[in-house]
Amino acid sequence: MTSVTAPASALATRALKTKLRADGIKMVFERDGVSTDVLDDISLEVGDGEFVCLLGPSGCGKSTMLNVIAGFISPTKGQVRIDGERVTGPDRRRVFVFQERGVFPWLTVEGNIGFGLFDLSEAERRQRIAHYVELVGLQGFEQAYPRELSGGMKQRVEVARALAVNPDMLFLDEPFGALDSITRLIMRGELLRIWEAERKTIVFVTHDIDEAVQLSDRVIVMTARPAKIQRIVDIDIPHPRDISSPKYLSLRDGIFDAIGLAHKV
Amino acid sequence: MRSPAHVRFVTALTQLRPAAFVAVLLVAWHVAIKFQSNPLLPGPLAVASGLLELATRGLMLKYVVASLFRVTWGFAGAALLAIPIGLAIGWYRRVELAINPFIQILRPISPLAWIPIAILWFGVGDVAAIFLIFLASFLPLTVTAINAVESIPEVYVNAGRNFGLRHSQLVYRVLYPAVMPHLIIGLRITLGIAWLVVVAAEMIAVNSGLGFLIVDARNAGNRYDLVVAGMVMIGVIGLLLDIGIRSLERIPSISWGYSDD
Repeated sequence: MTSVTAPASALATRALKTKLRADGIKMVFERDGVSTDVLDDISLEVGDGEFVCLLGPSGCGKSTMLNVIAGFISPTKGQVRIDGERVTGPDRRRVFVFQERGVFPWLTVEGNIGFGLFDLSEAERRQRIAHYVELVGLQGFEQAYPRELSGGMKQRVEVARALAVNPDMLFLDEPFGALDSITRLIMRGELLRIWEAERKTIVFVTHDIDEAVQLSDRVIVMTARPAKIQRIVDIDIPHPRDISSPKYLSLRDGIFDAIGLAHKV
Repeated sequence: MRSPAHVRFVTALTQLRPAAFVAVLLVAWHVAIKFQSNPLLPGPLAVASGLLELATRGLMLKYVVASLFRVTWGFAGAALLAIPIGLAIGWYRRVELAINPFIQILRPISPLAWIPIAILWFGVGDVAAIFLIFLASFLPLTVTAINAVESIPEVYVNAGRNFGLRHSQLVYRVLYPAVMPHLIIGLRITLGIAWLVVVAAEMIAVNSGLGFLIVDARNAGNRYDLVVAGMVMIGVIGLLLDIGIRSLERIPSISWGYSDD
């Protein structure tokens, strides 16, 4: 299978500047004297402007990995560098998009999107908010509170809030997991549209194989806990992707095989 | 078919239900007293004339103001101190572990048990009563604030940190709005307690206010009409205080914390 490349050569073939580099990340959680290995020696690189998916079964530790990359938790061993700088905590240049539950319920759509813009002048703030309200298609809902919005709309608010501070990286943790399947498809399209317009580096965690193959430049397939990188799959199909093309199907089936799943239900 | 007029009539009737219930009770009370040779309670008419008497003598306003004055100072003082302390304790969980046993020992002690000590320290007067109300409000509000912080979903704090908020901004822009719905419930319950305690405190520690009115009416000639009039006033004002705090729950930046009914 030619599409499956070894981790070491993964970036070399793409000629992208390295944005993020994780070296030998190990994570051990201690609780009540019992220690659980969650991440086992994970090393990976993400190129500037690249869209990478971390794919693995639920509970495998991929969310933990994303939290380490984002600086919310420090690893037991190893380190993460972004632009050559060691990650020691969260940073507004790299914004984490939670599922829609990260939207602040006490603020309106406008208040949420403008949340990170406290160092701008009022006029700039207004203009930035208006731009991102439009980008995610929430015109007319500026004054609405999250409780009045659907799950998909809340998710857009979160994406807009993250983009508004103009970060150079976005971390998305199963952002569309709680949405119905139609909204999920629409949101994937929207995310790709925004990514192509703004070219942020994106690390996207999912347990959905189709989602990973539809969205990303590379899929990093992780094993069950303690998570290791099982393989890295290049998805060299240009967008928009035809999800019935032989190439798409063979890449997807390759990942199904890698994870050890049968193709029949 | 139901006509719109009919629907309006039924709606109006539904809204009148609580008032109608009170009216029925008043009539039953009146009738029950009428048929007793040696009534256990003054009748509603006697109570009404008692209320009128208090109003015309200027005592009603004076006593209500006196009681509200004590509750305001005791309750506001407790809220201003207990909420920041409770939020800080909840934020730093290790502190909570250290002081939790202490709080749990103080909690079952009725604030009324402090009456002798309050009088010893402050003498008979407003300060003693205010101190008792402060004590009665302080612990419940501290515990509410601690619990409120602990109930904040971590994702809000992480999102705040992610946008580069410093500690003070995080408190002001995330912690404070996130705990508001929880705090308001605590304030409501505690104001109810404070209103109970002021009446008890006034029976012993001062010589004005609604609690004093009740004790004084009995001592000075068994005026049970004034005793019940005082009870009615305590009930009505307690209800108004509760309605006042509940109206905060409808503010949009707070109402998210309550489920829709």
